[in-house]
Amino acid sequence: MTSALAIEAHGLVKRYGPKTALAGVDIEVPTGTVTAVLGPNGAGKTTAVRILTTLADADEGTATVAGFDVRRHPNEVRRRIGLAAQDATVDPLLTGYENLVMIGELHQLSRSEAKRRARELLEQFSLVDAADRVTSGYSGGMRRRLDLAATLVARPQVLFLDEPTTGLDPRARNELWEVLDTLVGRGTTLLLTTQYLEEADRLADDIVVIDRGKIIARGDARSLKRQVGGDNIGITLADDDLLEAAAGLLASCTGHEPVVDRPLRTVTAPTTDGVAGLAAVANALAEAGIRVEDLSLRQPTLDEVFLTLTGQAIDHDENALEEAHS
Amino acid sequence: MSTTTDALGPTSGNGAAARIAEVAAPGPTTDPHPPRGVVHDVWVVARRGLVHMKRQPEALSDATIQPIMFVLLFAYVFGGAIDVPGGGNYREFLMGGIMAQTIVFTSFGVAMSLANDRKNQAVDRFRSLPIAKGAVLGGHAVANLIKAFLPIAIMSVTGLIVGWRIRGSVVDAVAGYLLMVAFAFAMIWIGVLLGSVVRTPEGVQGIAFVALFPLTFVASTFVPVASMPGPLQVIAEWNPITTLSDALRELFGNPNTPTAAGDPWSIANPVAYTWLWIIGIVVVCAPLSVRLYNRSIAR
Ligand SMILES: Nc1ncnc2c1ncn2[C@@H]1O[C@H](COP(=O)(O)OP(=O)(O)O)[C@@H](O)[C@H]1O
Ligand SMILES: [Mg+2]
Repeated sequence: MTSALAIEAHGLVKRYGPKTALAGVDIEVPTGTVTAVLGPNGAGKTTAVRILTTLADADEGTATVAGFDVRRHPNEVRRRIGLAAQDATVDPLLTGYENLVMIGELHQLSRSEAKRRARELLEQFSLVDAADRVTSGYSGGMRRRLDLAATLVARPQVLFLDEPTTGLDPRARNELWEVLDTLVGRGTTLLLTTQYLEEADRLADDIVVIDRGKIIARGDARSLKRQVGGDNIGITLADDDLLEAAAGLLASCTGHEPVVDRPLRTVTAPTTDGVAGLAAVANALAEAGIRVEDLSLRQPTLDEVFLTLTGQAIDHDENALEEAHS
Repeated sequence: MSTTTDALGPTSGNGAAARIAEVAAPGPTTDPHPPRGVVHDVWVVARRGLVHMKRQPEALSDATIQPIMFVLLFAYVFGGAIDVPGGGNYREFLMGGIMAQTIVFTSFGVAMSLANDRKNQAVDRFRSLPIAKGAVLGGHAVANLIKAFLPIAIMSVTGLIVGWRIRGSVVDAVAGYLLMVAFAFAMIWIGVLLGSVVRTPEGVQGIAFVALFPLTFVASTFVPVASMPGPLQVIAEWNPITTLSDALRELFGNPNTPTAAGDPWSIANPVAYTWLWIIGIVVVCAPLSVRLYNRSIAR
């Protein structure tokens, strides 16, 4: 591919009746890089992925994927992409092997080539033993693996993964991340959606934060974290009479007014200095002789990111309602 | 969603990621594969439809055991109570009707396949693949045509065992089976229409029960039209399922309702009238249903 941008979308708007799912979204993903679309439930992540993968038509705006316009040349786009939808879409009545062979054939591989690819992928995804069982009997994890294998059948140039790690345990998530790293290292362009800043930080060169169909922040993880005040240092004390002292100390180390949670005996403040900042706080605590039960450096959660960026918390109830309706 | 362990399976770890990348990353030589054409894609989707039938016990019994049951039930249990006007063997009268009913239910099969595709998100999966235009509907059509003819073959054999014979000419018999193929083809578009409007398997089942099933009974499928009360009789006389049944009886040389001077044109010319319906359905429904279906999946 010659174009430097694997994905290029401008002014995407999508309405569902009175509801605006996307209100003018721009996304540019350079070839061979990873972009994470980060946002809470109902933000419009799936809608954006559906438009970019030719499943839905935007009401306004244009999008090019792998050098082809999604509206004018959908099949040229489809030949070059892999999509793992938010819920695994494997065929429950076909075996794992039959699923992969069918997808290979519909990717226009010859039947023998499709069979060869199916066996190869089943082996790499440790599904050989389950290959000849219908997938309705697969566990959730097996179905996910098969779904991912299916998206890779045609060696896609551009890979779209819609919340690939939601519901995976930490070990499974780490393994998937490792695979994605390696794929990207070998030239695959990746766009993934996620609700976790940690995941976006771990994988993405660029992060697009989206809320209610609008992009509210974008940049690499570092610049984004700077915008949201970086990581958080949390101190949990053994007993609560030294809370004020710890808070004062934390304030002087980080330059931010800490949040004090008396019942939990914690003080928390943002830092942009990472581990160095944590070390400074640890030293100061030791010098002051304050006994600490726990001292941690952690990334802000999506809720905290949103609180900082939008000044309001994520409305989980409303989103839960919307999920149920969609 | 439940939490899942073993993302890449028990043997993952040590180099698994690298091996996956090896088989999945775009190589310097991986050009997209050129299209193999609509016939290829239709057949791939059709094969899937046939495997589905094989794996669904209830669908398989619909296509195999049920037709045998129907023939035996009507031939031996109800048959004695039903008089064929003008005389003649009821078992022979029955076969045309029972074949017609099976053909009509092709539309139900198509609508069910489409509804299940929606439910399982196969619609999206297909739409993300570089498939020839129309290949998914085409594949469902071919699979359901094949599905329609399995029971017809089974019924023909069962019929032969209980005494049904093709008593007309070979040309007429061929015309009879041809009429069935054509009618099944028309029913596919009714099925697509149904599958565009009614989007869940349960909904399709409901419609089949309140509309399709009665329609096959207000017809000469199992009893002669003359035995029905006035208004029902009029509906039955113009019901294409009546004329399909009668046309098959006529073409197979089986006992049929004798026609009288005052009969409506449909009853007097069942073959021609049925063909008119087939042409009408295909001309009107095929383009309409394809458009409605495509609109219903583009979200
Ligand atoms: N097919 C649809 N019909 C109506 N509303 C929809 C449809 N799909 C999505 N929406 C709405 O658009 C908004 C964005 O949804 P979505 O893109 O699924 O968000 P996310 O993937 O970020 O959770 C939500 O408010 C959702 O309810
Ligand atoms: Mg989503």
